[in-house]
Amino acid sequence: MKTTDIDVDALLAPMAEHLRPLVEEAAEPVMIGIHTGGVWVAERLHQRLGLKESLGELDISFYRDDFTRIGLNPQVRPSHLPFNVDERRIILVDDVLHTGRTIRAALNEIFDYGRPAAVLLVVLVERSGRELPIQADVVGTHMDLVQGEHVKLNGPQKLRLTVHKLS
Amino acid sequence: MIEVPAGRTENLQLDERGRLRHFLTIEGLSRDMLLGILDAAESFVSVGRQAVKKVPLLRGKTIVNLFFETSTRTRTTFELAAKRLSADVLNINVATSATAKGETLLDTLRNLEAMYCDMFVVRHASSGAAHFIAGHVADHISVINAGDGQHAHPTQAMLDMFTIRRHKGEFSDLKVVIVGDILHSRVARSQIHALRTLSTGELRVVAPKTLLPGHLGRQGIRVFHDLAAGIRDADVVIMLRLQKERMQGALLPSTHEYFQLYGLTEERLAGAKPDAIVMHPGPINRGVEMESEVADGPHSVILQQVGYGIAVRMAIMSMIMHPAQDAPGAAG
Amino acid sequence: MRIRITGGRVIDPANGVDCWQDLYVAEGRIAGLGTPPAGFTEERVIDATGLVVCPGLVDICARLREPGEEHKGTIASETRAAACGGITTLCCPPDTTPVVDTPAVVELLRRRAKLAGNAWVWPLGALTAGLCGEQLSEMAALKAAGCVGVSNAARPVENTHVMRRAMEYAATHGLKVFLNPEDAWLGRGCVHEGEISARLGLAGIPETAETVIVARDLLLIEQSEVEAHFVHLSTARAVELVAEAQARGLPVTADVTAHHLHFTDTDVGAHDNRYHVRPPLRTQRDRRALRAGVVQGAIAAICSDHQPHEANAKLAPFADTEPGISGLETLLPLTLALVEAGVIGLGDAIARLTIGPARILGVDAGTLSQGAAADICVFDPRRRWVLEPARMLSCGLNTPLAGGTLTGRTRYTLLGGALVHAGEDSSHG
Repeated sequence: MKTTDIDVDALLAPMAEHLRPLVEEAAEPVMIGIHTGGVWVAERLHQRLGLKESLGELDISFYRDDFTRIGLNPQVRPSHLPFNVDERRIILVDDVLHTGRTIRAALNEIFDYGRPAAVLLVVLVERSGRELPIQADVVGTHMDLVQGEHVKLNGPQKLRLTVHKLS
Repeated sequence: MIEVPAGRTENLQLDERGRLRHFLTIEGLSRDMLLGILDAAESFVSVGRQAVKKVPLLRGKTIVNLFFETSTRTRTTFELAAKRLSADVLNINVATSATAKGETLLDTLRNLEAMYCDMFVVRHASSGAAHFIAGHVADHISVINAGDGQHAHPTQAMLDMFTIRRHKGEFSDLKVVIVGDILHSRVARSQIHALRTLSTGELRVVAPKTLLPGHLGRQGIRVFHDLAAGIRDADVVIMLRLQKERMQGALLPSTHEYFQLYGLTEERLAGAKPDAIVMHPGPINRGVEMESEVADGPHSVILQQVGYGIAVRMAIMSMIMHPAQDAPGAAG
Repeated sequence: MRIRITGGRVIDPANGVDCWQDLYVAEGRIAGLGTPPAGFTEERVIDATGLVVCPGLVDICARLREPGEEHKGTIASETRAAACGGITTLCCPPDTTPVVDTPAVVELLRRRAKLAGNAWVWPLGALTAGLCGEQLSEMAALKAAGCVGVSNAARPVENTHVMRRAMEYAATHGLKVFLNPEDAWLGRGCVHEGEISARLGLAGIPETAETVIVARDLLLIEQSEVEAHFVHLSTARAVELVAEAQARGLPVTADVTAHHLHFTDTDVGAHDNRYHVRPPLRTQRDRRALRAGVVQGAIAAICSDHQPHEANAKLAPFADTEPGISGLETLLPLTLALVEAGVIGLGDAIARLTIGPARILGVDAGTLSQGAAADICVFDPRRRWVLEPARMLSCGLNTPLAGGTLTGRTRYTLLGGALVHAGEDSSHG
């Protein structure tokens, strides 16, 4: 495992700026972070953007498609969406976009709650290895990793990105 | 010398990796497994509070409530639990159908299997029925015991353990007393197994001799015939339901006398710890097992038990249908 | 047919015989031991080298299920299974459908048994009409038709007045009463009342269900002066009561089932239907006392309590299954296992299966006396074999020993000098 020398905070500034025009439009969007790393990123963006509605948090454990392989996660936290999803524009935030399956599960869960007007995807790191037709609208940084390499966001105080090689 | 082929073993419930395949009885399940179920249930409690009370875990699965003994309560909680997991539910009340016409239990099973279900939730009047069904059912079907005769009611025991952990914390510090008809109670048997496996500090039972099985003392359980003595300093008081048939069976003279001796009143409850909780599997016979002031009072967690019951059943169903790579507590 | 059985160890406890000698049979009777009778020319030789030759076994209680329950077994199939187990005489209880309370049913049983020709069958007649415990049965007629005793089978006689009069009436006709000691009320359960019943949540049958009736009946036996036999004792306390009464000179005997000498309530384990029997299997303490009773002689007979069942009867949750074990084919090996375990000597074990039960039934069997019917069992005490269900001869495969390994197997069985069973490794000229 090696820690990258990427300055995560420095990445957040341009990401927030990309989102600002959207926020200043008539109907303010709501933000949802995906546990756990996505929530850390969303909290910082939420603060920088000064959104009025509280941050929503999503735990997608129940919606994962690999349940039969990995089983029930005993540390599931409840999802918490303190707003009505219907007709809202949603900024969905996650730390790493890899295969796209997490986002697929998150979309499924959001749509069980209601029918949003639009969903915008924001990720801190977009890396190679997509398995579904999912793309991010705002990306902090790209990373090209090989098979067996994984990038992880560490937090919650000081955010760092580490790359792991799984044998 | 004779060598007898071994019979079925209790651990029909576990697969070759120690994961839950059926849920038939608390006996034979490890402490880690029980704690794993309680932990899983925690995640499901919140599902019941959300606006959208559903998760897609068991979507596409068919669960059959196979009740040979009528019970609206238990059947409803299983049905809710299954539906909240997005499963399809089939309710079969066998008491009024084929078996009443003389169809054997096995034939009923075969007919249901032909309909490609994934899980049977079984309640039956005969002890050992759930085991029997689990032992004869097709490989892909799992069985949950919703109560078999006087033998076991493991999901009830798990929701009771969940309640105790939620309200009182660590089991090893607790004095738990079970009051009532232990002899005929499948709930009590399962609770006793669970409380012992979870290393409960002190386990007591209170009942007249006619309602107690022998040999409890040998299992390290303190036996009392006097409620005041048994309830002293208790942290958890579990009241069992008294069935009217006990009067006919020459086991008790009357519900009046039962209430006089074993009914939980506020006065008697004062002998327990000040923050003791009162539990009951339901439905309560007010004025027999306890007076209304206790049932509705601040110590009672009876209504919460119902909610936890759904979460615990959701957890057990999920664990069976989606076993993790390793059993809870496995090394690694 | 003149037969010489050669090279075997002849054990005949009734005559105190235990020796390696040839046994001679002529005209269906025992013709000689050691030396042939004058002018004897053998027509057939049975090679019993290394085997035991003893009287054909006498099983004091076996259900043939006919008439009335032919889906469970028939006289033909079950007597065939008996022959395979070395049993040449058996006694069946009266709880058939219809009940054995008329001479017609007795005649039917004896006729069908004779036709099958596998074993001698001695029926017990009903103690009360229909086994209902209220009216006396026509005991004199039943005796005349061939019943060796009367019994109420497994149906308790609650009415003590009826029981007393029934005993007196039986005594009047010189009939022995066979008593199943079980109280109608305390006996409501399906396993021994103890740790196992408490754990499994099954209705228990306390010890007192048996001892209360043994005590009651002993007093009534004393009062009525009837000859009596207690069937299938299962408790240590009952053995004590019976031994005490015998010591006082009361003409009372008792038997025990082969399975009660081996299994206990612990074997019920996790609702194992194979061990659902009545009376129930009890504790280790009871088993020890039953074994001691057999050794000391208070219990003079070991029986099979054969109860064949169709598969469905055992395919249900425990309490919903029918009790009973199919025991004809395992009576001998189960008894021999006690010998191997050092509980009892071979001679005494064979006595409990031959002369002991024969005396209780009051029939001419269980011996190799000169002139006695040539009912002979030749068995290999060391043969290890697997009881394969597919090869069992009884219609009932309901035994915990199905698929199990046993030691001791019947090689030949002769009934009145005729060979009614020859085992697979047999060779006879």
